[in-house]
Amino acid sequence: MTTSDTPVETRDSQVVQRDRVVIRFAGDSGDGMQLTGDRFTSETANFGNDLSTLPNFPAEIRAPSGTLPGVSSFQLHFANYDILTPGDRPDVLVAMNPAALKANIADLPQGGVLIVNTDEFTKRNLTKVGYEANPLEDDSLEDRYAVHGVAMATLTRGALEETGLSKKDAERSKNMFALGLLSWMYHRPSESTERFLREKFAKRPDLAEANILAFRAGHAYGETTEAFAVTYEVAPAKLAPGTYRQITGNTALSYGLVAAGRTTGLPVFLGSYPITPASDILHELSKHKAFGVTTFQAEDEISGVGAALGAAFGGALGVTTTSGPGVALKAETVGLGVALELPLLVIDVQRGGPSTGLPTKTEQADLLQAMFGRNGEAPLPIIAPCTPGDCFAAAVEAAAIAVKYRTPVMVLSDGALANGSEPWKVPDADSLQPVDPGFATEPNAPDGSGEFWPYLRDQDTLARPWAIPGTAGLEHRIGGLEKADGRGSISYDPDNHDRMVRLRQAKIDGIEVPDLVVDDPHGDADMLVIGWGSTYGPINAAARRVRTLGHHVATVQIRNLNPMPANLGEVLGSYSTVLCPEMNLGQLAMLLRAKHLVDVKSYTKVAGLPFGAEELQDVFLDYLTGTHPHATHAATNGAQA
Amino acid sequence: MTATDLGLPSIGGLDGVPTTEDKQTAKDFTSDQEVRWCPGCGDYAVLAAVRQFLPTLGIKRENTVFVSGIGCSSRFPYYLNTYGMHSIHGRAPTIATGLATSRPDLSVWVVTGDGDALSIGGNHLIHALRRNVNLKILLFNNRIYGLTKGQYSPTSEVGKVTKSTPMGSLDHPFNPISLALGAEATFVGRALDSDRKSLTSVLGAAAAHRGSALVEIFQDCPIFNDGSFDVLRKGENENRLIPVTHGEPIRFGAEGEDGLGSHAVVQKGFGLEVVEAASVDPSQIVVHDGGDHELAFALSRLSDQDLTHTVTGIFRQVERTTYDDAARAQVQQAKDAANGEADLQKLLDGRDTWTIVA
Ligand code: SF4
Repeated sequence: MTTSDTPVETRDSQVVQRDRVVIRFAGDSGDGMQLTGDRFTSETANFGNDLSTLPNFPAEIRAPSGTLPGVSSFQLHFANYDILTPGDRPDVLVAMNPAALKANIADLPQGGVLIVNTDEFTKRNLTKVGYEANPLEDDSLEDRYAVHGVAMATLTRGALEETGLSKKDAERSKNMFALGLLSWMYHRPSESTERFLREKFAKRPDLAEANILAFRAGHAYGETTEAFAVTYEVAPAKLAPGTYRQITGNTALSYGLVAAGRTTGLPVFLGSYPITPASDILHELSKHKAFGVTTFQAEDEISGVGAALGAAFGGALGVTTTSGPGVALKAETVGLGVALELPLLVIDVQRGGPSTGLPTKTEQADLLQAMFGRNGEAPLPIIAPCTPGDCFAAAVEAAAIAVKYRTPVMVLSDGALANGSEPWKVPDADSLQPVDPGFATEPNAPDGSGEFWPYLRDQDTLARPWAIPGTAGLEHRIGGLEKADGRGSISYDPDNHDRMVRLRQAKIDGIEVPDLVVDDPHGDADMLVIGWGSTYGPINAAARRVRTLGHHVATVQIRNLNPMPANLGEVLGSYSTVLCPEMNLGQLAMLLRAKHLVDVKSYTKVAGLPFGAEELQDVFLDYLTGTHPHATHAATNGAQA
Repeated sequence: MTATDLGLPSIGGLDGVPTTEDKQTAKDFTSDQEVRWCPGCGDYAVLAAVRQFLPTLGIKRENTVFVSGIGCSSRFPYYLNTYGMHSIHGRAPTIATGLATSRPDLSVWVVTGDGDALSIGGNHLIHALRRNVNLKILLFNNRIYGLTKGQYSPTSEVGKVTKSTPMGSLDHPFNPISLALGAEATFVGRALDSDRKSLTSVLGAAAAHRGSALVEIFQDCPIFNDGSFDVLRKGENENRLIPVTHGEPIRFGAEGEDGLGSHAVVQKGFGLEVVEAASVDPSQIVVHDGGDHELAFALSRLSDQDLTHTVTGIFRQVERTTYDDAARAQVQQAKDAANGEADLQKLLDGRDTWTIVA
């Protein structure tokens, strides 16, 4: 299947061992492919494999059925060792209709397994996507792939005959048939899926039973049909010791916010307006009111952040969650937060832009918006998690910085992290570092007047005191107008403004962030690949590949994008080639060049999909072998394809 | 009028806000900031009234918060020695919503103007009103943009000649009271900046009201819209100003023989009209009912906005669950269901974990 696999014939010649497998489920938006993928992922997590997933679906809720734009897919990569990406190409493609076949077949390598739901290959459906003849009936597929045609709808209908469900309703369970078949093929445990279905359809036990019957029918079909002579085993992965669960980025981020309420001892207040791909954080947090979390679905993006900032003024941990277009709308209020110097978390789950762009696809083109997208000099800390599970730690860290330094903090997740999932080593809740909000309780005027000066800063952190309403003697007024250093009254004084602008910048620049840790197993690499956000996976997967081929390459991940780690300049200066792959047109590369005068090479792609490991491997090799056109040049213009 | 007058439940707008026995004065509520409105600005009168009025509430000064947007009147919080935030244009209701929802122990006030509340912040205003968050919104309506030096506003009369409309403005103005009623506001009142007595009485009722209260204050801007409400102040005002009180017949104008006004409001079709009181049978005269939505709407449209008939007082006051009370109740309900202490480790673990041993 793939080069790194070592198929081993076991005593049972029917079972083949694999190190890793990539499966892609593809079907119509209405076929339930995301659910199917999610369930297979859960089974795989329960089994103990390492895994990484890539859901890919259209923005339309029900795109016209059977069409190419309506195709929805879910790719899952699982292995018996730690893996970093959802995989470039599937080993197994499950295509539920002709559109799914047409949209995905190019990604299936020669020799790959193709499982097709033949029921949907009607003349009408074929014509709809431009097939002149049925590709299942000529040799075009058989020659290249191991093709299994399965009449999934018919078989599901047959299995559900007894249930009394209508033909149409019965056929809707065909995705569970497919899941059952694949679960059998890969020896996945099935209890959790049956339990899940019973819970999901608790109010419709008939549907729960139907889905379970279909799932079992798929399983049984694999077992009894000679067509599938081989099954595969992928042994559990030997990950670091600990307790693991499967988690998506949005869930991890939500849990991080709940945990931040614990670490800071503050009630969490989320003000949010629904937007893809961030809405799931609003959904998730609204389930956790027992933790003192308040969720406010606002009338618009501006109101969402406004309410969060108002709650912060009152002493809550104010949070707003959104995607790029929402960040644009919130910019003025975030700027107010910078002027007020109040803690505020702004979560940006990036998607394809500009404007509405590609709502369900990933991109990381909001970096410069996060850095500079406000009027005036309005710096704020930025943290970018690098894996789905890391979204938890990023949220906890963002809250700690926001509270300690009294500042809005931006977290840059993206669509790939938000919806992608991986095994996550569950942290020990008791070991999370507490953060003292340190509310002001006493007047602080240095002149002994007994007044309260809201802009008298802490000498170490440069943070101002957070005095919340209800504290007697500390009544004060804050606002967007420039404030006098210390005293905090309105000030139009030119020198004061200059000082305040520099103080706000110095406060952010002085935030303590951990030094970069370079991964260079050989210790003598000449080339450094630098990444941020979700490119972590593909960059490091590609680095492993080129190292296996005998090359030396170092990688490093910038998690704190503002301020950047103190040793960044030194790290950049230690390599003759620095390459920065990004899903934008070179935004981090631009910042690194500007700040460190280092000729950072940029490799960019904005296709709405993560980089493939193979794709990056080729780019790395080009640079390592000097065959890249830019490898020997002094400068690049930053935006090569 | 207070909530009790309407037979509403005893939960008032200030319940949950700590009270004080200490005697407070207007001076206590005055900050050290020099007031910087233009001489003669109606804002001065409102500020004086509010400084006089706040101590009468008997709540702790530190539990009082004023949030404003942008505009001349939005400087208001700086001049009060309470907690305050001078925020950004149009967004004060959003900030106040977050604050009031997370802090039931605060009396939260929003100060806004016709541009701030009805133009750039129109969306936030109507949603705050429909949600019925426990906040008091003082809408200073001077029918002009003052801070940006004299452009017409969304309450300016059609044909207004201003810097931005030298040939006259074209767009039809909002009727702020009708708008608030249409947005399902549970308390809608109006007062004139210079009429301290009725302004204070409306503010008192607003403070005691549990939910969003919108008080429109007609405020003169002598610099850019001088004398815009003068017809309501001068001698001939009697037949223009129609103060209404819940439970009382709507009579106004010079006192007649029965001690009530010379004019009255009666029903006409689906609306209302003004007649001479003597010309109708007293039983025909409308008795004001703050719980009657249709009446409130009709009163808000008794005449065009040319001030021919201008109702003041409380148009509407009804009880409806507030958003913030309900939101806190849900949190409490969830906490109770989890017996007080939700288990973070259990949440993180989820349902399906597996353990890898060393
Ligand atoms: S411009 Fe008008 S509203 Fe503004 S302060 Fe001057 S008088 Fe008052």
